[in-house]
Amino acid sequence: MAEGFVALTVNGSIQGVWVRESATLLQVLREVLGLTGTKNGCETGQCGSCTIWIDGAPRLACLTPVGLAAGSQITTVEGLGAWWQESHPSSPYHPLQTAFVEFGAVQCGFCTPGMLMAAAALLRDVKFPTVEEIRERLAGHLCRCTGYEQIVRAIREAAVAEVKEL
Amino acid sequence: MSAGTSDLVTPKALSVGHRIDAWAKVTGQALYADDIRWPNMAYGVLVASPYPHARILTVDLEPAKAMVGVLAAVAGPGSVTPYGIMPSTQDEQALATDKVVYLGEPLAAIAATTLEAARNAARQVRCEYEVLKPVLRPGIGKEKPGMEPVHPDRPQRDLFKEVELEFGDTAQGFFKAFETAEDTFFYQGNTHVAMEPHSALGYWTPEGRVELITATQTPHYVQRELALALGIASYRIRVRASVVGGGFGGKSELFPHEIAAVLLSRACGRPVKITLSREEVFYAHRGRHPVSMRVKTAWDENGRIRAMDFGSVLDGGAYASYGLATTYYTGALQTVTYAIPRYHFHAARWYTNKPPCGPKRGHGTTQPRALVEVHFDRVARALGIDPIELRRRNLTPGYSLTVNALEVGSSGLEACLNRVEVLSNWHTRHSRPEPDRGLGFACSAYLSGAGLPIYWNPLPHSGVRMAVNRDGGVQVFSGLTDIGQGAETMLTVLVAKALGINPDRIRVYTADTGTTPVDLGSYSSRVSMMAGNAVLEAAQRMRQILTDSVCSRTGANPSQVIQVGELFELQGDQTVTFTQAVLWAEEDVGPLTTFGGYTPPKAVGRYKGAGVGPSPAYSFTACVADVSVDREDGQVRVHQLWVAHDPGTVLHAPSVEGQIRGGVVMGLGEVLMERQSFNPDGRHRGPHLLGYPIPTIQDIPPITIAVVGEPDPKGPMGAKEVGQGPLNPVIPAVINAISDAVGIDLNETPVTPDKVLKGLDPKSRRKGL
Repeated sequence: MAEGFVALTVNGSIQGVWVRESATLLQVLREVLGLTGTKNGCETGQCGSCTIWIDGAPRLACLTPVGLAAGSQITTVEGLGAWWQESHPSSPYHPLQTAFVEFGAVQCGFCTPGMLMAAAALLRDVKFPTVEEIRERLAGHLCRCTGYEQIVRAIREAAVAEVKEL
Repeated sequence: MSAGTSDLVTPKALSVGHRIDAWAKVTGQALYADDIRWPNMAYGVLVASPYPHARILTVDLEPAKAMVGVLAAVAGPGSVTPYGIMPSTQDEQALATDKVVYLGEPLAAIAATTLEAARNAARQVRCEYEVLKPVLRPGIGKEKPGMEPVHPDRPQRDLFKEVELEFGDTAQGFFKAFETAEDTFFYQGNTHVAMEPHSALGYWTPEGRVELITATQTPHYVQRELALALGIASYRIRVRASVVGGGFGGKSELFPHEIAAVLLSRACGRPVKITLSREEVFYAHRGRHPVSMRVKTAWDENGRIRAMDFGSVLDGGAYASYGLATTYYTGALQTVTYAIPRYHFHAARWYTNKPPCGPKRGHGTTQPRALVEVHFDRVARALGIDPIELRRRNLTPGYSLTVNALEVGSSGLEACLNRVEVLSNWHTRHSRPEPDRGLGFACSAYLSGAGLPIYWNPLPHSGVRMAVNRDGGVQVFSGLTDIGQGAETMLTVLVAKALGINPDRIRVYTADTGTTPVDLGSYSSRVSMMAGNAVLEAAQRMRQILTDSVCSRTGANPSQVIQVGELFELQGDQTVTFTQAVLWAEEDVGPLTTFGGYTPPKAVGRYKGAGVGPSPAYSFTACVADVSVDREDGQVRVHQLWVAHDPGTVLHAPSVEGQIRGGVVMGLGEVLMERQSFNPDGRHRGPHLLGYPIPTIQDIPPITIAVVGEPDPKGPMGAKEVGQGPLNPVIPAVINAISDAVGIDLNETPVTPDKVLKGLDPKSRRKGL
């Protein structure tokens, strides 16, 4: 099986990893780089827990061969706060992280990193998403604990907080 | 979905703050079992049966052992003796030896340096089987005597357990009844689908001790079972629950992968982690039993129930699991909602060649609740009484004893019922213009912890050790397990309240058999009740120590000391800070440590089976569903749900809301889409999240929640349960609403469009009473 070096920029730092080309980005993040914040819920692209950003776009790490991500900028939940701080130096945490904590959007927390990465991409694209827009963007993210309402609430509150900070 | 909090009505809560574990979870710092890596750790993989029922002829591990990176390979049996969660029904051996009895049953395990190497090697294990005809229906062996039973050595063959109970003279109740009614129902099995797949990291140390970090709801039971399975003393084993990514009952006992991780570690000398794939989680199962049920009731002319005869047949799957308790639970709580004066109950659980069933949120009470509530609606129709009114006439009063000797404490059931009746504009429903749209009602009750432990003993169900350090920091050690419900936050809230201190001072250490006193685990909605009461006792004792020192140092009379926040106020404007009191107390009595424990009250009933059903307190729920039905394609659309729940005192408002919403949505999934079902050849119909859909964010209607807090004197500061109860009424409320909308009686879950269309077919007659 073909193996080789793949260079990735993960949360702003350049990483060269020696891997099989067919290894998934999820495996590399978790097993090689030790970034276990990105969760493995099904390994088949059905739960959304492993959502990360590749060059700013939310993607399922479990369905991404690491070779396809070579040379890309990867952002995981561990890097979400730092990404936010680049444009908002006063806070090392994304308003969504604060809102998820404050509005009861976290229970077992296993779906949370994926939810956060999808929601942060949404808020970057749409300042004040409607409930329908939120539901559409999170349709591929399963949560078994909350019943989802608190997650929608947190995203809407974060949108308000984000605008206030500007 | 409605935004904002306007659809949540709660009484005053002890805390509305955020969860103590939330920040770790939003930053990716929380370590779930699969996130943990130990030095030199190996990866384990299970080898599973491709057949639901087969004799194992040979298992050849050699080709796997020859693979690159392989460190160890083991085959069954995985335990030195059979084990199981219930002491009287121990029938598992972790790795199958003579036979495999369900598709997906592990029979061997491989450890390798990488996960990929372990997976590749697992494919090289050569197994030969003699395939047997699978037992796929409860009791089918009776019709086909030639069929080999699941466990051939049992004299009762596939019959796992049969129970019969009668309270009062049921025949007398039916004799001269004004009205009698009968219904049958099939409640399909379903499974938990916690988002985190099971994972365990086991290490057999060179000293012969065992370390196990695992995604479990019950570390103490896992330690106990593991001792039995491995044949070593329990004190040599330390079980810790990692951060757990949801349980719902699915992680409440010892699993084969947990034993296999330890066995592989013993064989290769390294820590070994086994994480189940999503497919394997569907086979590990231990979820909701499929149950066929029959109910007969007798009524007087005022719509009061005179007698109930309830029968259930449970499809247990291949092993016992909690099935003994489940069997009794299908009959135990009928009397806690309605005052049934005469009650007969018969149940039988059968072995089949399917993944073992066990406890899922609502454990064994969800299935009978669906039938009872659907049945009551039909009785109401026959008697010409409004469905809510019929229930109101039959409610079990608070502070009463049921006919099956369950002591009911505080009850907010009537208030719950009234709330959803008003919130949903129930009485205007028939004047609404939309065709094929209707409202349905149901209510339910649930335990706040089982009155008896899984293994009978007179010891506390929950112990807490509390320490206060000289810096004023408070440490709480409890065996409880936070599986996402917020149990650790609950402890913090209670300690802060009981000691009158800032929650910031408190740190909780939980779910570790090596450092924390025993708590039986996160099941049967017992944690707030039992760990809560235990921690209050520990806090009360700590407060006494502090107050004593304050009095002896200042000469104040104990009756004159009032604690206001973190200050002890004495007469004459003198105040003592919490930290000063702590310093004085440590100087007076040494390091400050107190203990608390909780043992539930003794059950009243003295009959065989009386151990299932008693609880220190019961929670109550009522639900109204607003649905419409599309006659063309059979789709059921839920427009709104109104749910009122009585959890007693609200300890932590966000957790209460989270439990209610999560439970209600899980109930929606059970009634409309979820089924753990099998093809005629015994294969799972879809062991993945596409084949087994659960509600997504797109499937959620607005859910209005009303919390009706009826504090119970036995609960910690009056609190009762909230984790399981709110699921139960959702299923029958939706079915009753469908009946109200289009006039069809459905007798099976899940209510998929094909069943609705079949019901709407004019050729299928409406079933009368």
